[in-house]
Amino acid sequence: MSLLEIEDLEVHFPIRRGVLLERTVGRVRAVDGVSLSVAAGTTYGLVGESGCGKTTLGRAVLRLVDVTAGQVRLGGVDLAGLPAEELRRSRRRVQMVFQDPLGSLDPRQNVESLLLEGLEVHGLGADRAARRAAVVDALEAVGLSASALPRYPHEFSGGQRQRIGIARALVLSPELIVCDEPVSALDVSIQAQVLNLLEELQRERGLAYLVIAHDLAVVRHVSDTVGVMYLGGLVEEAPGDGLYAEPLHPYTRSLISAVPVPDPAVEDGRRRILLQGDLPSPADPPPGCRFHTRCPWRQEELCATVRPELRQVAEGHKVACHHAERIAAGEIAPDTAERPRRAGP
Amino acid sequence: MTRSPLLDVDELSVAFTRRRRRDVQAVDRISFSLDEGRITGLVGESGCGKSVTSLALMGLLPARGVRVGGTARFRLGGGGEADLLALPPARMRDLRGSEIAMVFQDPLSSLNPVVPIGRQVAEVLTRHRGVKGAAARDQAAELLDRVGIPDPGRRLREYPHELSGGMRQRALIAMAVACRPRLLIADEPTTALDVTIQAQILELLSGLVAEEGTALLMITHDLGVVAGLCDEINVLYSGRTVEGAERHELFAAPTHPYTAGLLGSIPRLDAPRDEPLTPVRGTVDDAIAWDDGCAFAPRCDRFADDCLGGPPPMRERGAGHRFRCLHPTEPAPGEESEGR
Repeated sequence: MSLLEIEDLEVHFPIRRGVLLERTVGRVRAVDGVSLSVAAGTTYGLVGESGCGKTTLGRAVLRLVDVTAGQVRLGGVDLAGLPAEELRRSRRRVQMVFQDPLGSLDPRQNVESLLLEGLEVHGLGADRAARRAAVVDALEAVGLSASALPRYPHEFSGGQRQRIGIARALVLSPELIVCDEPVSALDVSIQAQVLNLLEELQRERGLAYLVIAHDLAVVRHVSDTVGVMYLGGLVEEAPGDGLYAEPLHPYTRSLISAVPVPDPAVEDGRRRILLQGDLPSPADPPPGCRFHTRCPWRQEELCATVRPELRQVAEGHKVACHHAERIAAGEIAPDTAERPRRAGP
Repeated sequence: MTRSPLLDVDELSVAFTRRRRRDVQAVDRISFSLDEGRITGLVGESGCGKSVTSLALMGLLPARGVRVGGTARFRLGGGGEADLLALPPARMRDLRGSEIAMVFQDPLSSLNPVVPIGRQVAEVLTRHRGVKGAAARDQAAELLDRVGIPDPGRRLREYPHELSGGMRQRALIAMAVACRPRLLIADEPTTALDVTIQAQILELLSGLVAEEGTALLMITHDLGVVAGLCDEINVLYSGRTVEGAERHELFAAPTHPYTAGLLGSIPRLDAPRDEPLTPVRGTVDDAIAWDDGCAFAPRCDRFADDCLGGPPPMRERGAGHRFRCLHPTEPAPGEESEGR
């Protein structure tokens, strides 16, 4: 049994109109039938573009949003059906690190108070001295010292703030940390420092991570398993290396081809698959395969009518595409030409 | 052929003056040149001065509290030259939008939210080309079509909030290229966009450069973006160019420890997954003033005492590869490697 198991998760948000008598005129299907599992001590990376539902899924794991249908099981216990008090207690086991460290740290609380709060809420630590020791321990684990305790969030740089956010999650000794875009607000050199820190903490403490990010290179670097989301659904799931070596879903292929590689020699030889148009609205997703409106490999049969299931095609490699095997074998040609990145030298 | 470059920036400096406190030297004697049909990149992290450089060239810095030095000689369309840093504001307004244009990072805050897209594009044509009414509208529709906005006739009447992020950036590019500028400055044009949309916008920009012969100054923090796009790349740190080279040369032989550190900080999609990242330690806040020595010294693994003996000079290795370091990661030709 995995530490975290998500099964057929749906999170829908009602669209309301009217002032006095609010009518529900539609639903935004932010997460629409996602199943995945995260084993203890491993990292699951969830990647997708804005509006694909990855952040909502992360929030649903902590039940920061209400689950419409499906299950989120932590160590076998379904969080979705848990009464408030038990839910609160179970949250010690799952913590979250947010994208914007300045927005997620109370500007009027100093570091000591920020880190102590969780311990006090959950009644952890025998006395004040023990709690303080736990706080200092967490700070040192993220590369800060006890001298940070009396200082306020605005006194730190972006990278240090993100370290404080990680320390706040660590102090409760969680089993799983949901990291929502943990490095996207940081400069590249600082990004690498924080990514290395996350990996180091995982080795030392056996943490599991659910890393949610839009940057495929970042996600692949830290993740044992990568899931690609598109418009509320998981379209492909593969081991970190397998996804790049052998992407099977047309969306994954175009995503990988669009990520720039910092090496001109590689860039010159790469071909990018340019997608047409924008993401359809999750309030009114296309029928059949969600991606068929932009898919260069779209076929007459099935694509527009039947929603493909996520199915296993190789060990640990799942894909939700009717024609994945035929595309991989080169039997179907894409209808937009793949163009080289640059003409000339 | 000895034609002067389209834009020759020589020792551009920008300092923000503060009352009773030390000035902030945002840009410190940066030199580079731009040519028609070429893409030049300015790369660096926050606070390196890349955006201030673009604002200075566009004449968009506030008039008070700023001290600008150096020259930026621009070859005018009608012949002759002008120093962009010394032009009177009225002359600059004529050049902006017609000969020089800019694309900003955040299209939503660069567009007027209460004016339809079509009118905003047509406005540029009216201001600089005197095209009005239906003719301006038709040209605006053509421009939207040109930058890949589907159904331009209908989009003309839409407001910025009705467009997606990628479409807004396209509309902004349409406004920028409306008068066929010879110089286009793009400041982080794809940072707010998703990667698949980023790929579309980069394709559009490099297409414009190839077809129109526009000179493009690409400002970004993303080394991946410049690797495939730019002809020449300048790496900035704390207001100065620390390394500059043709793109293949720069990535094949990163010579300044900062450039090497940046490359070691980026997870690569095509690298083995267990390849560790080797980030630069510390933060940009650790930088010291260039007058006291190399600003990067406090973060540098190759630091030696002579790094603090005043600003390191710009040195050269091979054709056009410049670097500002006493202890480079790659030995200069004819020099022994220090082998640290």
